[in-house]
Amino acid sequence: MGIEEKLPSGVLLTTVENLAGYMRKSSLWPATFGLACCAIEMMASGAPRYDLARFGMEVFRASPRQADLMIVAGRVSQKMAPVLRQIYDQMPNPKWVLSMGVCASSGGMFNNYAIVQGVDHVVPVDIYLPGCPPRPEMLMDAILKLHEQIASAPLGVNRVKAEHEAETLALTAKPTAQMKGLLR
Amino acid sequence: MSGPFAQLRGFGVTFGTMFKKVVTEQYPEEKNPTEPRFHGRHVLNRHADGLEKCIGCELCAWACPADAIYVEGADNTEDERFSPGERYGRVYQINYLRCIFCGLCIEACPTRALTMSNEYELADFSRASLIFEKEDLLGPMMPGMAAAPHPMVEGYDEQDYYQGKVGRATPEQEEYVRSREAAVEPAPDKDST
Repeated sequence: MGIEEKLPSGVLLTTVENLAGYMRKSSLWPATFGLACCAIEMMASGAPRYDLARFGMEVFRASPRQADLMIVAGRVSQKMAPVLRQIYDQMPNPKWVLSMGVCASSGGMFNNYAIVQGVDHVVPVDIYLPGCPPRPEMLMDAILKLHEQIASAPLGVNRVKAEHEAETLALTAKPTAQMKGLLR
Repeated sequence: MSGPFAQLRGFGVTFGTMFKKVVTEQYPEEKNPTEPRFHGRHVLNRHADGLEKCIGCELCAWACPADAIYVEGADNTEDERFSPGERYGRVYQINYLRCIFCGLCIEACPTRALTMSNEYELADFSRASLIFEKEDLLGPMMPGMAAAPHPMVEGYDEQDYYQGKVGRATPEQEEYVRSREAAVEPAPDKDST
C-alpha cells in the first residue's frame, strides 16, 4: 500500500512498525455502530465519567470514511448484516472491528433465525468483548487490549509472513467437529 | 441577564467548571472496585479440603437462558474421587460469548459450587479462548487444600461436607495426593480434558 511495503525486513522496518503502531493506537477514530443496549454503555464510555478522550478516541464518527475502528455494539439482525458489511467496506484501511457484547460476538441469548450468530460471519473481528451489556470499564479494557495489538502489528514483509503463519496454523488446527462440548 | 455582559456569562460557566470536582474515573490506572454483588466471571468452588463442590447435576446448564453452560457429569470411583458423593462434573465449560451474567446458574446450583467473582476484564482475541474450561473456572487452591482427586475425610459422608463440618485436608488425604503425584510424575498427564 505505502512505502512500508517496499522496505526490507530488518531494523528499519521494525522502527517504522513501532512508530506507525504508536500513532495508529493513539488516535483511533471509532465509527458508531450502536445497535442495541450495548450502545448505551458505549455512549457512557465516551461521556465525561469514563472519558474515552483519554485514549484519543472521543469523537465517534458517523461517517465510516473518517473512522478506523468499528465498535459493533448490540445484536445484528439478518437485515442489518449487509448494512454492517457496507459500513465496514467503506472504512479506509487499516481498520479494526471490536465486537461489543455477547449478542454481537456470538448471538448471545438470541439463538434464533432473526439474529446473526456473531458478526464474524459478516466482518473480520479483531477483539471480542463479553458482557450483557459490558460495563464501560470492560469496553475500555477491550480497547486497551486492542491498542496493544495495534501497536505491535507487523507491516510490509513482516505482515505477509505473519499472515502466512496464521494461515498454516489455521489449516493444521483441529477441526471443530472433533472438539468436545461447546467448541463443537 | 442582558446587556453588554451577556456574552461573558458563557465564559463564566467555563471558568467556574475549572473549580468543580472532576468526575472522570482514571480506569486502567485506578480501578474502582465494583459493588460486592457484581455479576462477574464465574468461579467453581471447592470444599475446604480441596474436593470440588460441583456434582455434575447440570442444573446450571438447564437454568441458563443463553445455553452458555455445558456440563458432563461422571461417576466418582474409589480410586478417583473429585467431589464428595456419587458424581462430579467431568467437563465444565462456560461460553463467555453467550453468557449474559444473569446469575440464574448461581441460583440453580444446589451445592453453591458455582458463584460469581467481581472479575470483569474478559475481552479476548478469539472465540475459542472465551470458552472457559473447568481448569480456568476452578477457584484457587487455598492453604489447607489438597488437589482433587483424593478420598473424603475419614468418617465423614457428603452430608457433613455440605453442612460445612469438614475443615482443612487431613494428613491422610495429603499423603494420598503426594503418593498419586509421585506415581504420575514420570509420565506426562494425558487426561487433561
